[in-house]
Amino acid sequence: MAVMTLIQAINAALAGEMERNPAVVLLGEDIGKHGGVFRATEGLWERFGPERVMDTPLAEAGILGMAIGMALNGLRPVAEIQFADFIYPAFDQIVSELAKFRYRSAGQFPAPVVIRAPSGGGIKGGLYHSQSPEAYFVHTAGLTVVMPSTPADGKGLLVSAMRSPDPVIFLEPKALYRTAKGEVPEGEYDVPLGKAHTVREGTDVSVITYGAMVPVAEGAAAEAEKEGVSVEITDLRTLWPLDVEAVDRSVQKTGRAVVLHEAPRTCGFGAELATLVQERSFLHLKAPVSRVTGFDTPFPYAMEKIYLPDVRRTLDAVRGVLTF
Amino acid sequence: MTEQKERELYFWLRLIREFEDRISTLDKQGKIQGGVYSGKGQEAVVVGVCHELRPDDWIFPLHRDLGAFLVKGADPNRLMAQIFGRRDGFSKGKDSFLHGGDFSNCIFGATSMLGSTLPVAAGTAYKFKIRREDRVAIAFFGEGASSRGDVHEAMNFAGIYKLPVVFLCENNFYAYSTPNELQFAVEDVSDRAVGYGFKGDVCSGNDLHSVMKAARKAIERARAGEGPTFLECKTYRYHGHSEHDRATYRSQEELITWESRDPVERWEVYLQKRKYDIAAIREEVGGKVKKIVDDAVAFAEASPVPEGPEAMEDLYATPITEG
Repeated sequence: MAVMTLIQAINAALAGEMERNPAVVLLGEDIGKHGGVFRATEGLWERFGPERVMDTPLAEAGILGMAIGMALNGLRPVAEIQFADFIYPAFDQIVSELAKFRYRSAGQFPAPVVIRAPSGGGIKGGLYHSQSPEAYFVHTAGLTVVMPSTPADGKGLLVSAMRSPDPVIFLEPKALYRTAKGEVPEGEYDVPLGKAHTVREGTDVSVITYGAMVPVAEGAAAEAEKEGVSVEITDLRTLWPLDVEAVDRSVQKTGRAVVLHEAPRTCGFGAELATLVQERSFLHLKAPVSRVTGFDTPFPYAMEKIYLPDVRRTLDAVRGVLTF
Repeated sequence: MTEQKERELYFWLRLIREFEDRISTLDKQGKIQGGVYSGKGQEAVVVGVCHELRPDDWIFPLHRDLGAFLVKGADPNRLMAQIFGRRDGFSKGKDSFLHGGDFSNCIFGATSMLGSTLPVAAGTAYKFKIRREDRVAIAFFGEGASSRGDVHEAMNFAGIYKLPVVFLCENNFYAYSTPNELQFAVEDVSDRAVGYGFKGDVCSGNDLHSVMKAARKAIERARAGEGPTFLECKTYRYHGHSEHDRATYRSQEELITWESRDPVERWEVYLQKRKYDIAAIREEVGGKVKKIVDDAVAFAEASPVPEGPEAMEDLYATPITEG
């Protein structure tokens, strides 16, 4: 196994699958000759040529519309939206076209489109380079929504996304692109969609999280351990379809749940998680479900460190559910 | 043109007219639950374009292009079942009117966000191009949709990559109630083609000869690798935007002016000038299309109404089960 960063693992997944499957085509802004602003597609234009690694004009609706049209007739397009914040001009293509493609045609139209987008804060990007839009897409029936937190999952989940018959919104926590390092299996490697991962076993409190908040949860768990508190961490990895059994198992074991994400609080994905926990595990609960999230504000530029949930806030929530 | 082809074209014009008229009647009788968007008056556009295509070319019709489905090969029975929202329709009751598409005949089912299909058509054309397939994509849209950003984006992409696509604008002078002078500040919206680096062309959408000539040129250009064309067909819808729209925003005189340029009657005049027995042809074709539409209505009425649980089907390739 090689040690890689998350961005290297993404690049390896794209290269490997393009090598294996000639139907895979990449498109996006600055992804070709330049190799992508985060270098996710570095070297692929040289290796696979401009027809399969397509530099597009600055036009997100056009990029996703084009990707849908490619998928209609046998290609497997992987579109890069340069920042998840830039996905909104293409919202209609995702919500009206792509998500409803199979449904409105009663299964006739296939839409194996992968949309990769760097998501979340932590790089001092301000309002328009830091947002976490996952809840919009989970709310839209017909989409699969994925967010890895480790290099190995980055590779394995992206490979599975490129093999999925359904459209996948693949959100990459950009704060982890170079800070997450880890062993990644070489060669062909996939991680199934729709399966959560228990990052850490514990008995007192369950932290349910995903993406860039996984390392935050790990930091909080280490601190809690010093206080004699055993925290279990579930990394959802795929937000939809949700591995709800994994959530049930963990919460029914510990009886206490903290949901953690960096997106804003109201109607965030944590709201859905908290609801599912109370619907499905009510009699196991020893305390109300606690949410640790970003604020109900736009992403504040100079106050980024305050906005993003950190170890201290997560630890406070863990203590809170313990002392309820 | 051979006599056989001239007669065939007449059959398609009449079949579409019969289908459109029947649907309007059925709608008045309350037999159709959703919106009906009549393309009556615009038949020559879809016949002229689709008749020039091969079975594996793709079309991306707009909401008013029921005729494009028929000429491209869609089964009239299933099309009627689709309009009735029945299980034998293309979308098995999941969406209304023309949204289902017909994959086996390379017919796309559009959304209600008019214009959003143009980048999809461009993407399909991109696939044809990089796989060196001798196929073209035809993206239909109205002059109203031409104001949308994704129409611009699609044309820009197609120009850059010289894609085998024809952007086929049915300019019927009204986007719902909005007249062209409030839609754009030019006479011919196809003037925009020059800004995308390809050719724009205008033709009379009520004259089948004119449409066929212009369409053939655009399609041949696409097949030859010479890139897209913006073909604008000036035409007119006789009905309102949908059947419940009484179209009070336009004058009776204007409507009559266009009815006097009726595409079906024009073709009859042409056949007559060719010294065919037009009375006999009219009767024979009239009987034929009436039977097709009668059969389609009977088929649709006999098709089952979808049951509630069917709403959960076809959302994902593998159904998601509740844990």
